[in-house]
Parts: sequence; structure tokens; C-alpha cells
Amino acid sequence: MTTTDLAAGQGVAPRTLPKAGAALDRWRVPLTIAVLAVLPFVLPSQALAVNVLIYGLFTVGFNLLFGYTGLLSFGHAAFFGTGAYLTGMAIALLGFGWFPAMLTGIVGASLLSVVIGALSIRTRGIYFCMVTLALAQLVYYVALQASGWTGGENGLRGFTVVKADLIGGFSVNLLNPLAKYYFIMFFAALALWFVSRVLNSPFGAAIEAVRENETRARACGFDVERTKLLSFVLSGALCGLAGTLSALHLSIVPLDALGVHTSSIVVMMTMLGGAGSFFGPFVGALVFLLIEDVASLWTTHWQLIVGIVFILFVLFLPKGIWGSLIQIVRRRRAS
Amino acid sequence: MDLELILMQLFSGLALGAILVMVALGLTIVFGMLGIVNFAHGALFMVGAYAGLWVAAQTGSFWWALIVAPLAVGVLGMLIERFLIRPLYGRTPDDPLLLTFGLGYVLVEAVRITFGTDGIPFSAPDALQGVVDLGVGYFPIYRLFVMGVVAVILLLLWVALEKTRFGLIVRAGARDPLIMKVLGVDVSRLWLLVFGLGVGLTALGGVLAAPMRNVSPEMGTLVLAEAFVVTVIGGMGSLLGAVVAGLLVGVAVSMTALFAPEMATIVMFGLMALILLVRPQGLFGRPAGA
Repeated sequence: MTTTDLAAGQGVAPRTLPKAGAALDRWRVPLTIAVLAVLPFVLPSQALAVNVLIYGLFTVGFNLLFGYTGLLSFGHAAFFGTGAYLTGMAIALLGFGWFPAMLTGIVGASLLSVVIGALSIRTRGIYFCMVTLALAQLVYYVALQASGWTGGENGLRGFTVVKADLIGGFSVNLLNPLAKYYFIMFFAALALWFVSRVLNSPFGAAIEAVRENETRARACGFDVERTKLLSFVLSGALCGLAGTLSALHLSIVPLDALGVHTSSIVVMMTMLGGAGSFFGPFVGALVFLLIEDVASLWTTHWQLIVGIVFILFVLFLPKGIWGSLIQIVRRRRAS
Repeated sequence: MDLELILMQLFSGLALGAILVMVALGLTIVFGMLGIVNFAHGALFMVGAYAGLWVAAQTGSFWWALIVAPLAVGVLGMLIERFLIRPLYGRTPDDPLLLTFGLGYVLVEAVRITFGTDGIPFSAPDALQGVVDLGVGYFPIYRLFVMGVVAVILLLLWVALEKTRFGLIVRAGARDPLIMKVLGVDVSRLWLLVFGLGVGLTALGGVLAAPMRNVSPEMGTLVLAEAFVVTVIGGMGSLLGAVVAGLLVGVAVSMTALFAPEMATIVMFGLMALILLVRPQGLFGRPAGA
């Protein structure tokens, strides 16, 4: 049985949504892009908007693995950080242009995710979380020790991209915050379109089948290991792209980009927004960064507030903001 | 390289490993019984170290810290199980894991608020300072003391689990909690105690480690990763595995530090990767699905 037969015949969840829901689903990519496009004018600061973009994309990549495939990784900083570091190193040490440097970052993060993915999917369930965390720590310590290349604890500096040259003599002035925002948004939009296609493809149904019931997916003839690994690598590549964009945005790569904290915030953002939903990641990133932005105004210990909010979500709203909204709407319609 | 130095480093590794054994035991006991991974385990290790620091400052005695701090943090663990984790039983195993992860965040921040963000030095009592001649070389007394305490705890645990009625119930509960309920055992009280025990063990590890490491709010992060490495190598849920793998990792890290200091932390993750390749269930773990 091929993947296509199965996806057509017996989808995992009933995909018939109410009319408005179906429209929302069909137009999810243009809708997200439209919202992102006005973000710099709606949010209190443009810096916040860029962060929503970058961390939202990071969360989209993570959500593909956690929300849709059901694998909870605590080591996704490894891909975000590797994407960022390799981009910076390609520019600073090898003199690459911005685009080849971006490709270096994405390819590097993908290769790393092949290695980490292949090792960690040998384990299941709770083990998986522990192994991904430990392997990401390994990458962190390697970067810390290889300070000749990475700058060690001080982070990587000295690769500012002022102007991104495009084909045909055009160029984007990255010193203009708004131009930079739309420059980054272009790549985020591409990634969103790609993720949407992946989710609609037979492979998208396959990963959800693995999440819902691994044994049954296996019995249906899916190569579960290969499906998981492919999802892991796609997720790693997307997170690598987010890291790459973060490096171009900040012009520095802090060592913390590889640290546990970075792996943690992506988990929190996903849970806040709603795991396994298309809009959830950006909602989660927005809410998390807003809490950080507002709370850090009056206390340096904003992480305490974020942590408590997160615990309350796990206890009372495990589907996250967007996931719970969908649930409420569906219940209303059913009654 | 002379033999004396290697032997010294071997002893250092065993002392380091003894701490890891405490932390990994707590993690693996909780997993074996409750089926959840406590992501706040590293943070509770750190809370244990700070509790020890505080008690020692109040009473002026390291010995009180050694006894009171683990008990107090163990009670904190029981409160966590009762009010935060218990509502999550019956949901996916990811939920308690995510919850404890958020809790770890909160604990680190709470300690930062209470004790400040800087590291605090904590010295061993005078009686345990200095070195002792072991015939093959001089060795810090405090590290020997740590190994001794851990050995005693292991012995007590072994007796409690293998020779008492309580141990019998715990082991049976790990096998099949439903049957235990049918037989009239109050499983939820058992889980409360086991969670408290697991947290108490890691807190004791924290107090013992305090004079050997700098006490800082971030000290739990590395410990959590180390404990994961140890449990993956030893086999999740296996007590013997936690002991063997803890000592193994301690010695491996310490020996690498002798030859290539910059590789010391990296080597244990490499060891874990190797185990995953050749024996994914760990040295003493049951194969998946069994």
C-alpha cells in the first residue's frame, strides 16, 4: 500500500471542517502572511515584531515535529544555533555573501538534524526528550570549546550585513528596520507555504498517523522510522532557517542561541499557542514575547511570570490559546 | 604520566560519580514508579544546595544542613506531586514532563530572587577539610566522605526496597499499580512518598555537591543533562543501572579531564551516543516493548 492510498482512504482526523473553518484552513498561508505584514505597525516596537517573526518561524519548525508528529524534543536550540553560527561563520571567516551564507546555515542545520534525529528516534517516548536535550548540550559544549571559530562565551561577532544584494542590481538596505522586517518576512512566508504544502501532502497525513497511533501506522505499512526521521530533518531545517535569519538580524550570535534556554522557549511558545495547529506557533510566539516585553518593564525576573503562566497552561489549557479557541468554536457548532 | 596521578583522578571521578548516582537514582525511582520524567530534577538539586547553604548559615553546622535540607526539599517534592502532578495522571506522559519543566524555570527564578544571581562559595566543615594519605597518594577527605555517605544511602535504599514490606509494595506498584489498587493499597499515597524520596535524594546530592562546585542558580541545568545521560546509559528505571552508569560517567569525565580537559564534558555525551547506537535500552534496561 502506498502512502497516497492510505491518506486518501483513511485520513487520521476527519478533515471536514465547518464552512468558516474550512475557508480559514484553505487560506491559512495568505492569512498568516497578511497578519505578519501589519505586525510592525500594530506592536509596540518593531524589534518585537522581528522577534515574533523569527521565533514564530522557529516555533513553526518545532511544531512540525512536536505538534504534528508527536515527538517532544528538548534540543531544538541545536538547529537554531547551528543555523545562526554557520551563517555568521560563513560570512566572517569565509567571506561568503548573505545568500550562500544562509544556505550554509540551513544545510548545516539539516545535516546535524540527520545525525541527532537518527540517534534520538532509536528511543521513544520519554527517552526521546532526554536524548535530544543531552545531544543539544553536546553541541553547546563543542561550540563553547571551539572558541577559535565560534568566539566561545563571548558569542560570534563581526559579520554585519548592511545591504543584501538581490538579482538584477536591486538591493535591500538592512539598516532600515522596516526593510529588514520585510526581507526576513519573505523567507518566513516561503517557509510557511512549504510547511502548509507538507501538511496537506500524504506525508502530512503520515506524520499525524504516527502521532495518533504508531503501532497502527506501522501495521498499515508505513516506514515509521523513516517518517519520523524525515519529519525531524524538515523540522531541523526550518529551525536552522530561523537561526540563520536571527544571525542576519542581530549581526551577532550569542552562545545562548545553542543553550537550554533557547530549546525551552520554543517548547513554551508551542504550548502557549497550541501544539499541532497551523496558527498556534505564531500566536504562542507573540504571546510569549508580549509577556516578556511587558513584564520585563517592571521586573528583571520576568521568567518567573512566564514559568507560572506556562504551568497554568499545562494544568488548565493544554491545547494552548489557538487550540482551545478551535475547540470552543467546534463545540458551539455541534450543540 | 605517573600512576599516582591517574589513581587520584580515578578517586575524584568516583566522588563525582557518587553525586551523579544520587541524582540519577532520584530520577529513575520516580520514573520507574510514576512513569514520569521530572524535568525539575536539576532545579531541585540546586534548591537542595541552596537549602543546605541556608540551614548551614542559620545553624552554623554543616551536619544539620546535611540532614534538614534534603528532608525539607523532599517535603517540597511531596507538595509538588500532590498539587501539581496528581491532576495530570491519566493525560499523556508529555504533560507532567512539561509541567515539571515549567516548574524548573520557576524554581530557578525564585532562587535568583531570594539569594541573588551570583554564585556563592560553600565550604566543607573543618573536620572534613584537608587531605588523607591513602598509601598511593593524598586524597581530599571531603570527597571520601561523599563516597561514604552515598554508599550508606545506597545500602539503606537496598534494604528498604528489598527487605521490607514497604519495599515490596513499592516494587509491586511499579509493576502494576492497578492490581495494587485492587488489593487495597493506597497507591496515591505511595506515589506521594516515592516522589518525595526521589526529590530528597537529588537534594541530598545538591548539599553534598555544594562544597565541590560553586553554588549558583544555573547549577541544575548541567546536572539535569548529566542525570539524563546517566539514566540513558544505565537504563531508565533500573536502580543498578543508575549506580553503575553514574560511577562510569564520573570516572570517564574525570579521566578525560586529565588527558584532554576541554573534552571532559563532551566525552559523557559521546558515551551516551555510543550506548544509543549499540544498546538503545541502556546497559541494564529492559528492551523497548518488554
